Amino acid sequence: MIVQKPFRRAIQAAAAAAFLATTMLSGLAHAGPTLDKINQRGAIKVGVGTTPGFFAPDSNGKWQGFFIDFGRALSIAVFGTPDKVEFTSSSPQQRLPALQSGEFDILLSGVTVTTTRAFKLGFHFGPTVFYDGQGILVRKDLGVTKAADLDGATIGAQSGTTGELNVADFFRKTGKTFTPVTIEDTGQFIDALESGRVDAITQDSSDLVGKRTQLKKPDDYVLLPERLSKEPLAPAIAGGDDRWLELVNWTVNATIQAEEWGITSANVDEFLETDDPAIQRFLGVDPSFANELGLDPKWAYTIIKTVGNYGEIFERNLKPLGWDRGYNSLWTDGGLLYSPPFR
Amino acid sequence: MTAAARTLATLRTGLFGTRTNTLITAATLLVLSQILPPLLRWAVLDATFTGDAGACTREGACWAFVSAKLRFILFAFYPPDLQWRPALVILLIAAILTASALPRFWGRTLLLAWPLTILACWLLLEGAFTATPIPSNQWGGLPVTLFVWAVCFAAATPVAVLLALARRSSLGGLRTFSVLYIELMRGTPMVGILYVAMLILPMALPDALSFDKMLRAIFMVTLFWAAYIAEVIRAGLQAIPDGQREAATALGLGYWRTQRLVILPQAFRIVIPGMVNLAIGFLLATSLLAVIGIFDLLNAARAAATDPQWLGFYNEAYIVVALVYFAICFSASRYSRWLERRLTAGRQPAGASAAARKE
Repeated sequence: MIVQKPFRRAIQAAAAAAFLATTMLSGLAHAGPTLDKINQRGAIKVGVGTTPGFFAPDSNGKWQGFFIDFGRALSIAVFGTPDKVEFTSSSPQQRLPALQSGEFDILLSGVTVTTTRAFKLGFHFGPTVFYDGQGILVRKDLGVTKAADLDGATIGAQSGTTGELNVADFFRKTGKTFTPVTIEDTGQFIDALESGRVDAITQDSSDLVGKRTQLKKPDDYVLLPERLSKEPLAPAIAGGDDRWLELVNWTVNATIQAEEWGITSANVDEFLETDDPAIQRFLGVDPSFANELGLDPKWAYTIIKTVGNYGEIFERNLKPLGWDRGYNSLWTDGGLLYSPPFR
Repeated sequence: MTAAARTLATLRTGLFGTRTNTLITAATLLVLSQILPPLLRWAVLDATFTGDAGACTREGACWAFVSAKLRFILFAFYPPDLQWRPALVILLIAAILTASALPRFWGRTLLLAWPLTILACWLLLEGAFTATPIPSNQWGGLPVTLFVWAVCFAAATPVAVLLALARRSSLGGLRTFSVLYIELMRGTPMVGILYVAMLILPMALPDALSFDKMLRAIFMVTLFWAAYIAEVIRAGLQAIPDGQREAATALGLGYWRTQRLVILPQAFRIVIPGMVNLAIGFLLATSLLAVIGIFDLLNAARAAATDPQWLGFYNEAYIVVALVYFAICFSASRYSRWLERRLTAGRQPAGASAAARKE
């Protein structure tokens, strides 16, 4: 029959298209490891956000911030120079799919490590570079020094976030009462606090510290020491490239280990004279160690010399905003930062 | 009566002519008296005009922020020493838009000038054939907003014409395709389209065929806007009396010549207000590019206020952006009114003979 002919042809075309699409998609699944792509491209594509102190462009359009410095350190680990890295800002909703689709090689956007993201999304996480958590910023004249003392306070939280649920859980545990005020736009947190509509606001403490500096009288407000949630922020990469993951791991570890040894960008050259074999291995004075790993013997040296150790990165970017080291101190100072040994 | 006195008289009838007018005037004055003094205090009296962020109080506006950050808001991540390139792009786009706005330039040359200008802008931004190419992830600010807007609108219009013609075509398959396409695109939010450009396209294409994120965005936005423009053009096509087509056929014109010489020129005149309206909406919609990490004007302004040196001057940043958007949109709407008047005049007998001369 005449009518059937174009029909059959259409079905054939559809089948061909479907076949083509599946081969393309499966081709993607077997695509070379991330590191190959990075080397081929000659640059690392890094997804970041825009939070003051963590990642923000300066007046010349150059990215600056805590996470940005780790991106530059990674560029040194891969290419030996800090500038072979492209930062692209992405919104929280799209950054995880963008990592999955290969748009980014790594997210340094303050991704919280969670079980779901590890198992269901197949992401790998580097070492936690920043221990964040939900905090409470209160007016000082309430006379409260810890969150457990808050009773009957009016607390603003962003609607639809885990922050709103966490604060409710917290008060159920302490047995105290509070009045929740949900605020859609975090930009209005400051107004709500200053106009007295709320006594306190709750959000990730990294945001609250930035918000506090925008208040007319920052000294009238205090960030309470408790954290209502655990938000370990770590570099995130897509699964399937173990060497890339190890590079990320040990780049972060190098900045932490350097601080533990007291090696800074200012004094790193003096340490080249050291007799300590561990530091000799670390700084490439003895190149055989790095050579065996397939790394440039000077990689850690260049990172410390150019970007600095963890403490320097923290001081440079977050100290001006009023951040204390807190949990983000070395384990030797009672914090959580701990680098495995370089050997 | 002198001109001044006449103006005064018009004002008086306008403001206090009837009881309703008087009431409205009084209410407006009351509202203004509440709004203006604090606004004036914020914007002028308590404002800081020079110095660094430390000089700015949080009580008044910090215009020093604007002078420090204007470069970033306008050009975002483009390297400052190569800033003339995006600046030239702004001028080029302004020039081609102005030329397209004036009926005296309408013609084949203009149609040729469009792709050439777009190509020139792209090469300029990219820095092709120079020692310092700039990848598109460093483009940003006003040139990107204008570029994406102009390119997508210009590229979508021919697609839209074909879609509109197909939708009114007597060929069933073509008509169904057009209807399905338009309904699918209009039934999808623009954010969804941008996610497709950002995430689905690179997954669907093999590595060898994958192309720049900016191009992907432009490609998808063009397809998206085409559906909206097609519907506006279809309205124009439907407004042309059937007699026009019949007359053209009687004169022995084929389908394409009928459309090109008789139907489309008239249809376009009818839909100019609708097209300008769409163009204004699309300009504002380009700020959605932020969701896929492209630094358009609005996104650049927001990012400017996250610099720890100049933290939190969002109001000032947004005011600058609002002024830029307003300037563009306001001139577009004034232009549309001017053009409508001119073209209406063109339908009068005197104008008709002018049109005839043109043929």
